[in-house]
Parts: sequence; structure tokens; C-alpha cells
Amino acid sequence: MKHIISALVENKPGVLAHVAGMFAARAFNIDSLVVGRTEDPDLSRMTIVVIGDDKVVEQVRKQLAKIVPVVKVQDFAGQPVVARDLMLIAISAPPEKRPEVLSLIEMFKGKVVDIGPRFVMVEVSGPEAKIEAFIDICKPYGIKSVARTGTIAMPRQAKTDTSASNKRTEL
Amino acid sequence: MSSKSRPPAGSAVKSSPKAGAHPVRNSTMPNPNISGQKGRISNGAQIIVDTLIELGADTMFGYPGGVVLPLFDRLYDAPINFIIPRHEQGGCHMADAYARASGKVGVVITTSGPGACNLVTGLATALMDSVPVVALTGQVRTELIGNDAFQEADTTGITRPVTKYNCIVKDVKDLARTIREAFHIASTGRPGPVLIDIPVDVSVAECSTASSAKMELPGYRVRTKGNARQISTAAKAINKSEQPVLYVGGGVISANASDELKALAEKAHLPVTMTLLGLGSYDQSKAESLDMLGMHGSAYANYAVQECDLLIAVGARFDDRITGKVKTFAPNAKIIHIDIDPTSISKNVRVDIPVVGDAKDVLTELTKEVEYRERKPWFKKIADWKKKFPFRYDDSSSTIKPQYVIEELCRQTEGKAIITTGVGQNQMWAAQFYRFSRPRQLISSGGLGTMGYGLPAAIGAQVAKPGATVIDIDGDHSFNMTMTELSTAVENKLPIKVCILNNGYMGMVRQWQELFYNKRYSKTYLANPSYATVAEALGAVGITVEKAADVPGAIKKMLVQKRPCVVDFRIEREENVWPMVPTGKSLNEMDGLDILESMA
Repeated sequence: MKHIISALVENKPGVLAHVAGMFAARAFNIDSLVVGRTEDPDLSRMTIVVIGDDKVVEQVRKQLAKIVPVVKVQDFAGQPVVARDLMLIAISAPPEKRPEVLSLIEMFKGKVVDIGPRFVMVEVSGPEAKIEAFIDICKPYGIKSVARTGTIAMPRQAKTDTSASNKRTEL
Repeated sequence: MSSKSRPPAGSAVKSSPKAGAHPVRNSTMPNPNISGQKGRISNGAQIIVDTLIELGADTMFGYPGGVVLPLFDRLYDAPINFIIPRHEQGGCHMADAYARASGKVGVVITTSGPGACNLVTGLATALMDSVPVVALTGQVRTELIGNDAFQEADTTGITRPVTKYNCIVKDVKDLARTIREAFHIASTGRPGPVLIDIPVDVSVAECSTASSAKMELPGYRVRTKGNARQISTAAKAINKSEQPVLYVGGGVISANASDELKALAEKAHLPVTMTLLGLGSYDQSKAESLDMLGMHGSAYANYAVQECDLLIAVGARFDDRITGKVKTFAPNAKIIHIDIDPTSISKNVRVDIPVVGDAKDVLTELTKEVEYRERKPWFKKIADWKKKFPFRYDDSSSTIKPQYVIEELCRQTEGKAIITTGVGQNQMWAAQFYRFSRPRQLISSGGLGTMGYGLPAAIGAQVAKPGATVIDIDGDHSFNMTMTELSTAVENKLPIKVCILNNGYMGMVRQWQELFYNKRYSKTYLANPSYATVAEALGAVGITVEKAADVPGAIKKMLVQKRPCVVDFRIEREENVWPMVPTGKSLNEMDGLDILESMA
């Protein structure tokens, strides 16, 4: 099962190497890892997507927390979260296909950020499933290249019934 | 414990108005030149020395070199007992054993590049066995870092997986604080080695000594007090249990909780088995002691674990050498696990009642809630196993049996010596046949299994305990790896004793080749020197013993030496360690029990 783990870390040199090294040394699999600054210049947030059973993910969480410059670790599994990927994708769109491609982009609420004689570059963000679906649907037209950020996530305010909000579809 | 306050953005200096008012440990050697006196100008090297002294480090191990020249200049007339090993690995093991023997933090200092790289095995040894060691390494000038400068190595990169924490200090104003943090991290929670890398320009940079004294560790928290409800649940399980076993590891020794362990075992009436690193935490002369468990543990400990209905693990981590086949480990038992490191819990074996906390605190609380139970049938069963399967050897031959050497050592030292070991058969025989009665008495590389640990460890232990009898029970090949440190012992007039159980083989590997590789002794034999001659050449006393009858006399002679003494016991060449749980088997599926019984 996929777990999104969010770790608040000290913004110091070597922290990423420490975290990545721990994953490698303990043979945990990283699906994606995103690091960025937070509102506090001394802290960064790492959002790590891990695939594993509960026992493995529990160890991942504890091993992360054990790393000295890691300040706080949360596993978002089982709670309502907003999870997003950002993708830049260059799709083949020669003039005769262009209207068709543009309408697909429209449907996925993508944004054309660059356009040339043969390709359009599109920015798409959303839950991972949406990004994957967009890639699939673009394949027949020809994909030149894809760059993705990996997942970032934040928990929702727990006002609504958790089970209901879990089921809420996101687009 | 750690400060949550932060300086403004972009501030490199984390100075505090309460500088110097946040001691990590009690200073044992107050130095008027340090902490609290604002405005005194000093340099990085002096700050390092002053901070180390303030933190109680009066003994250090280390090797000089180019980029640590400023630091060694400041050590020239510092009130510090400084031991120079012959190789940095030896220095790290010495600091490690010093820490294990004394309970204090061991300090090792080396130069950059090769000096730092040579620490890796020592740091890994200390990490696996949870030993508080602080390593200070020199680094090339800050502006040269990354340029492949002379004697440059990415020390923090290389040592990150073998330390509890490491960092490089690039601003002299962070030095004092970082060293305090290193001591704090190394010695609290689950102890471990911490490395600080210090570029040479930071060592010569000037700085006011009063700055940056307060620790800033927002991500470092240690839970020492156990959850009260979990402790009550554990106590209820103990009070209900008909067939309990206490399984104790090195955590009890590092938490200084042997008295609390004894109190619990006595009040609740529990049999106690120990891991290799746990030996000494409970007096082995007591009837309730089941001695060591695991691959080469006692049959009675292994049977008891397999048949118990409740296993109470304290400061132990269910290592594969302890559990054997995990699936069938303690199959009928509910498991209580008391440990300060949350990652140890349910890592290898599912735990029913976890208690995260310091062993001393948790055992004290737990003891309050337990009741005495006689458990007559259980103790009868244990007594029968003990009677049927004691550690034994065939003493009828005239060749020297390694077990006999250790028994005789134990007898002549009245079981009071500090024992260090190499790794392999020598280590297992020492664990089986010496009888330990107090914590910090056995100093051995358990987790990493570092051959060559014994001799430098004996030096570190002797430095920590100058009055004690310190004996390295070693193997010939373990000794070969670090025997250069004999010079260190001679130079420092340390009366350590080395007993080499010399069978000419890498004995444990040979045993496995005998049992599992059809006696194909591939590359496990090496030509050895005359150890007595080597010892004499280096200024130590050397003795060679070839007959069993000469063993007591040689040991007697060894024990009275004022100089380091090496005794080369030419032992039975193909003696095996029994019993043995083969890899992948359950603890109760021991090999060699028939051999042991036939010796009765």
C-alpha cells in the first residue's frame, strides 16, 4: 500500500543524504521524494511516498524520526489529505491534431505554457491518478518528454466525517 | 531537553543570552577560562580543548596529522591523558572500550582523509553496540572542500551510515555548541557514536568563547519515562505468567540498570537469560541465571525461551543470532519489550506489550507492580535442563582445551577480571566459560563482530580502570588484525593481559566449513608468528604454553606481570563451540547436544 509520509526536517546540509541513505541502507522503497522550504527558513518539508505493508511503513516512520535533524514525522495514511503532483509534459501536436489535443488539455484543466510548430508544453497538476490518466490519454499523440515533481500533501481540516471525505473524488 | 527557539532568519551565529548556562553534563574539571566569561578571545582549537575538558573528557585517544596540527598544539599542555594508538581503528576501539568500561563518553581525534577513513570500522562497531563515542576529525580548509585536496575525504558522507549523528562545523562560533550537542546525542537515549568534522581554518579562526553555548536540537527527543498504562499491563502479564523468562541485553548495562533488573527478577521471581552484550547485568552465579541464549547460548536458556509463556525483553533487540528462525521463536510466548529505541520494537519479532523508555526508570516502576510467584514446576524444569546440558568440554586430553584456559582464568581471577574478546570461537568460549557477575565486565564486539577488537579494547578498558585486571581473550587471527597496538600498551605501561587461544585457524569459519562445507577448509589457515617473540620484541612479556598441565602456572605468571603480557596457548586445533543453532533453525534445534552429553 502507498503511504504519504511528511517529514519536517532541519534545513541543514546533509539531511537529504541522511534520509536517502537510511532508505537505501534499510532497503525501503521510495516512490517519490519531494523537498522544499517551508514558512520557517530553518525547516524544510520532505514528502515521501513509500510503498510497503504496515510493518514496513511503521519502521520507515520510526527510522525517519530517529534521524537527529528530522523534527517531526507524519504518516497521512487513513486521514483525509490533499495530495498533488505537478507535471510538465510536451505532447506532439501538429496543426491537424492541435484542436483535439487542446480540448483534452482543457478537459484536464491543464495549462499550455509553451507552444511550437510540432509540440505543446502543458502544465498539469492534481492527484497522481489524474496525472497518470492524462499521460495515458496523451500517449497516442506522442509524448516528447515528461517532468514530474512527485507528490506533495497536506492534511485537510478534520471537520467532516473522515470516511466520507476519504471517498471524495478529487479532480 | 532541546531548544525550540530559533535565531532570526539568515543568522549563522546561534548565540544565546544564557550562554554557558546550559551544561550538558556536570563538569568534572572546571576550567576558569571557559563558559560564562564573555568576550575572551580564543581560537577554534582552544575552544575544542576547553569544551572537551568542560564536558568531563579527561582522557582521549587519537593520532595527529596535517589538518589537526592547531588542535594538537593546544593539546600539548592540556590536562588530558592522551593515548596515541598505532592505527586510528585501534584508537576508535580504545575510545569505545573506554566508554564501555567507564560509562563515560569515549573521545577519539584523527586527521582528515586516511585518518578519518580508518575510523569507519570502529564507529560501526560502536553504533551496532550502542556505545557513546565522540570522534573529532580534521578536514581540509573550507575553501578546498570538494577539490580533491591532499588528504581530503568526504568524512561526513563516509561516516553517516555508521554514526548516530555527524556534521561538519564551518563556523568557529558553532564549535562549542556542536561539541556539547555531540556529547549529549552520544550519551543519551540509545547511545551511539557521533562524529564532528572540523576544517583546519575553523580550528585557527578566532572567536569569543562565550558565544553559542546553548544546544539546538529540535529533532532530538528521548523518551525516558515509560507509559504507566503499558507498565501496568506488563506487570499484570508477569503476575499471571506460569513460565516467564527475562531476556536482557546491553541496554540494561548502558542504562546502569543492573540493580533494578536484580530487584525485578527477585521480587517477581524470574529466570534471567542474557545476550552476549547483556552478560554481567545479572550475576551468573545465581540459580535464576540461565546464562547466554542464542546461537551458541546455553541449551537451558534456549529451551526456556522456546517453552516460556511470557518473554520479557529489556534493552535487547531480537538479533538474528538470538532468535534463530524468527517464525518459531518463543512460539507460545506473549512478548513484553522494554527499550529506549522505538525502532527496535516490532522490528524483527512482533511485540505484544511495548514499553518505550529508559530501562532504569521502567524497571523501577514495573517492580512496584509485580508480585512474587513461586513457579515451582517451571524452575524445576529449568533446573533439570541445567543439570542435563551444562556447558561442557572433554577434559581428558593432554592438548590444551580453550574452555579449560578460560575456566582456569576465571578461577584464578575469582571471576573478577574485565574481559575483552576477539570475535569468533574465542569470544563464544569466553562468554560460555567465564562467569560474569557485574556490569561492564565483558567488553566484546557483539553486533558488528569486529575481529581485532580485543587488544585495543583491553587498552581502552585498562585506561578507564587502571587498577583492574584486564584480560583480552583473543583468537590468533583476531589478534593478528590489530596486534600493532601492543606497542601502545607497552608505551603507556598498561599491564593488560592477552590470552591467545591459538588454533592456527580462523576457528569459527573453520567450524562452519567442517559442519556445512564438508571440511573443505578454504582459506581459513594462515601461518602465524611466534607471538611470544613478537611480544618480547615490542617490549611486552611473551609466554608460550603447549601442554594442558602448564596452563595454571602460565596464567599465574601472567597475572603478576606489571608489563603487558601475551600468552600464546596452543590449543586443540579443531575444537568446536557447542551447542550451536544452525542458521535457519529454531532455538531448540541445537546441534552438539549429543556431543556434550557424551562428555558427561
